Amino acid sequence: MKTIYILWLRQIKRYLRSKSRIIGSLGQPLLFLLALGYGLGPVFKQAGQGNYLQFLAPGIIGMSIIFTAIFSGIEIIWDRQFGFLKETLVAPVSRLNIMIGRTLGGATVATFQGLIVFFIATFAGFHPVNWALLPLIIVVMLLVALLFTALGTAIASRLDDMQGFQLIMNFLVMPLFFLSGALFPLSDAPGAIATIAKFDPLSYGVDALRILMINVAHFNLATDFAVLAVVTFLFLAVGSYFFSKIEI
Amino acid sequence: MNIIQAKNLTKRFNGFTAVDNISFEVAEGEIFAFLGPNGAGKSTTIKMLTTLLAPSSGEMLLNGHNPAKNANEVRRSFGIVFQDPSLDDELTARENMEFHGVLYGVPKRERTEKIATLLKFVDLADRQNDLVKKFSGGMKRRLEIARGLLHHPKILFLDEPTLGLDPQTRNSMWAYLQEMNKNEGITIFFTTHYMEEAERIAGRIAIIDHGKIIAIGTAAELKDRTKADTLEGAFLALTGKAIREEAGNAMDHLRMMRRSWTGKRN
Repeated sequence: MKTIYILWLRQIKRYLRSKSRIIGSLGQPLLFLLALGYGLGPVFKQAGQGNYLQFLAPGIIGMSIIFTAIFSGIEIIWDRQFGFLKETLVAPVSRLNIMIGRTLGGATVATFQGLIVFFIATFAGFHPVNWALLPLIIVVMLLVALLFTALGTAIASRLDDMQGFQLIMNFLVMPLFFLSGALFPLSDAPGAIATIAKFDPLSYGVDALRILMINVAHFNLATDFAVLAVVTFLFLAVGSYFFSKIEI
Repeated sequence: MNIIQAKNLTKRFNGFTAVDNISFEVAEGEIFAFLGPNGAGKSTTIKMLTTLLAPSSGEMLLNGHNPAKNANEVRRSFGIVFQDPSLDDELTARENMEFHGVLYGVPKRERTEKIATLLKFVDLADRQNDLVKKFSGGMKRRLEIARGLLHHPKILFLDEPTLGLDPQTRNSMWAYLQEMNKNEGITIFFTTHYMEEAERIAGRIAIIDHGKIIAIGTAAELKDRTKADTLEGAFLALTGKAIREEAGNAMDHLRMMRRSWTGKRN
């Protein structure tokens, strides 16, 4: 328990100390939100789909969570290269607890980042239908964050250095984001895209956020929760396994 | 009783044999030096003994446990100061110590007291709340040594602990370690490139080259065997004068990546 706590605390401290990272990683979601939200707004409206900013904001919140979460997981590579990973790996504590502590820390950070984007979006004109659902919204954010931090951890446990970083960005994170329905309604998407989106866990995260924030559904909340929970568990298991096999 | 036992230990990386069928024992309470040129296989051996690498073949026992099978029992038995840095730059000196203490289950009161004592011992007490990234190389080294002493292991591995330390720190560090060795019977297993240090501190010395142990014994025995006046002479007689190269890594490239990624200078 103490192991998990101290590793969680470390992630939080590192996050709060890197102000430039907090602000830097807000830039991209905000650009998407404002440029696309305002820019494509009129087109979206003409197509009879209503307010695009309302539709887009949950997707962009999902985006900031998946980016932060995967990077938190991938930080293991830095810890490996800068030596700190060794310090944790020779300690007489189970690697499962180390992995859980790290993952919870990364997920907390990603959730926090999602909340910041959420509140900034409300200033840009986004208004959720029911503020009372905020606790449930945070639960969804945390679940999405856990899922992708675990995925990042699993990948990073298999990599020795940052050479594979671009590969992960372009062939994993970007497709997961663009094909999740974060930017466009899946209901009207061509069959192929809608099918791919079914296999993208972020689709369910974004859908759950949309249901809770603006009451628009593509799947339904029960399905979203079930898929997110199962996939999170799966990634945690795979991540723990790979993490326990790390050699330096 | 032998607290460390290695038998026919071998480690191969993609066809390259880093450690080649070595066998040795270290008795409980002994101070044992492991010497060898760069790339001889010292760190790889330590990594296998400390559960960080699985051997390709061979057997080893640490405090009666097999690192390849009972990793957690083994991890409870030793402490280690690594050759390369293993601190978290984004945490303060104190936080790095706290982190270590919690991971090793040192009770809170004892932890607080010992951290204060040790930080004073390595002369970092007034810098304890500074981020480690602001420290010089020598300060980081001192902090790592203090951290390695925070819990009381049965075996202490020190992989080139004195690299980059001034003579003052080096001397006070060894005095402290020798006292721990005498009073608490802690076994010390260390590597170094300073021959006079090995001669002065170690009870027995093993010399490893190209992955093989080529000599093992007290400093006097090694000098006798090679008819050399100093341990350095004996070392050179045994290992030759060719300069070795160590494998490079992607460290510099990575530092650059990280800098551009986090937007920070460190």
